[in-house]
Amino acid sequence: MRIQLTSILLLAALTAPAGAAKPVTILNVSYDPTRELYQELNASFAQAWQAETGQDVRIEQSHGGAGKQARAVIDGLEADVVTLALAYDIDAIARTGLLPANWQSRLPHNSTPYTSTIVFLVRRGNPKGIRDWGDLAKPGVSVITPNPKTSGGARWNYLAAWGWALRELGSEAAARELVTGIFRNVPVLDTGARGATVTFVERGIGDVLLAWENEALLALRELGAGRLEIVVPSLSILAEPPVALVDRVVDRRGTRRVAEAYLRHLYTRPGQEIVARHFYRPRDPEVLAAHAATFPRVELFTIDEVFGGWAEAQRVHFADGGEYDRMAKGR
Amino acid sequence: MSARFADPRGEPAWLRALLIAAALGFLALFLVVPVAAVFVQAFSKGVATYLAAIREPMALSAVKLTLLVAAIAVPVNTLFGLAAAWAVTRFRFRGRNLLVTLIDLPFSVSPVVSGMLFVLLFGAQGLLGPWLAERGVRVLFALPGILLATLFVTAPFVARQLIPLMESQGAAEEEAALSLGASGLQTFAWVTLPKIGWGLLYGVVLTTARAMGEFGAVSVVSGHIRGRTNTVPLHVEILYNEYQFAAAFAVASLLTLTALATLAAQALLARRLARRGVR
Repeated sequence: MRIQLTSILLLAALTAPAGAAKPVTILNVSYDPTRELYQELNASFAQAWQAETGQDVRIEQSHGGAGKQARAVIDGLEADVVTLALAYDIDAIARTGLLPANWQSRLPHNSTPYTSTIVFLVRRGNPKGIRDWGDLAKPGVSVITPNPKTSGGARWNYLAAWGWALRELGSEAAARELVTGIFRNVPVLDTGARGATVTFVERGIGDVLLAWENEALLALRELGAGRLEIVVPSLSILAEPPVALVDRVVDRRGTRRVAEAYLRHLYTRPGQEIVARHFYRPRDPEVLAAHAATFPRVELFTIDEVFGGWAEAQRVHFADGGEYDRMAKGR
Repeated sequence: MSARFADPRGEPAWLRALLIAAALGFLALFLVVPVAAVFVQAFSKGVATYLAAIREPMALSAVKLTLLVAAIAVPVNTLFGLAAAWAVTRFRFRGRNLLVTLIDLPFSVSPVVSGMLFVLLFGAQGLLGPWLAERGVRVLFALPGILLATLFVTAPFVARQLIPLMESQGAAEEEAALSLGASGLQTFAWVTLPKIGWGLLYGVVLTTARAMGEFGAVSVVSGHIRGRTNTVPLHVEILYNEYQFAAAFAVASLLTLTALATLAAQALLARRLARRGVR
């Protein structure tokens, strides 16, 4: 019996690859609605990494509004990888030198392994008859969205409305008027997308929630069955939430290899399957086709087409003294 | 006519009844009902869910962190409070009023601002942050930062409790002890401490409650890393935002229980204190 045990232990020691003994921990600083997604992705990656290298890996998570999270990383939160709501927030981190300015070209599809868009979540039967962006600014409609200053999702909401108005109403002035009207109808500005969802769904405030498609579908599954409905507008924005390695941190901690593998795992077949199950639109066309029933067809425009990219959109709309600030002042 | 003067308080009985009913109703509405609601929600999915939520590793790590922070912050601030109250009530010196005001500062500053203060000091872009980072010292988004924020917001409680008490008691007994040949330490242990004992305990109870319950300041410096830098209040918020309402309230019920224990201790101590004050 003792010999058997010893030989088993010996065998285990011999077959384990060198250096496998030491478990590693990496930190993924993410935005608000990805909690459930990364819980599953982390487990799936840990398994794959263990199978490939024999090393145990634990992925720690931190979630919050994307702007707030970027700020925490800038202030010294040691993220090995960041998976945020929009490129601008990672650009902000890059400006401090934590990662190179060309970070977005380092991974496929602009470093966005999944996409989403903005849809409306309304109460059952859609009592206010909300069909499209134009309906949101009508008097008497109460709109829930987080604060564009702190939330990436809210910035996508804002830009989607602006982009629709540019096309449908045909002028900057009309777009400004529509978006001002929408924000005039907002009774509570939460700091992150999840807070806004809870405000709308749990606390029952508002007639319509402007939400990430993934967040709306999740809310529908978690709490909304029979209470809520999704309304897909005629036109929306292609939201690309990017991921990036934080070079300065991984080099200091010696975690570059595992952190890179972690991000690449998001693009693999199993990773993309999990992405789709959590209502994010996968990049892999086959996985997308397999889940086509989940994602309504909607015409999408990109931020590059309409706003000339995030840096420009940020400067014109969300920077101090930008369009949004002037709107808020006029309110 | 005489009936009207019978009651020295001069209020008609119906008015008194109305006022008492209003006060009790208010209390029930804003205190009893919410507290009861926490427990109803916590057990809404059964005892098994309740226990699972509390035993879950992330919850346990939050409880551990909260207890650790309280275990350090409370003794430190007790010593600080004693020293500060001693200095302020037993000596007259330049800047004494300034010191009293400074002790109160954490009360008047919003907890979020207190948190930001430490970000400005110890953040990677802050005053001391880069220097510390070069030496491998992590303050922000780690235990030291959470501890500092907690120390800051709980600093005034013991001192605030002791200063009026020691002020009113005066220094005559200490002076007598000293003139009879007692050392400073003996005077403190045998004369001062028994005199202020209940007040001190009261301050410690309040400090403990706040140290475990603080949300705002800790939220700013925590970084919200699950299983590492989340305290119990932060964990409650996370659970709530993840649609795990029963679990959120289960963990919140732990905080509520400590709050109730605090209240009970407080009531008991206040009674003892009142009796001493009369003597």
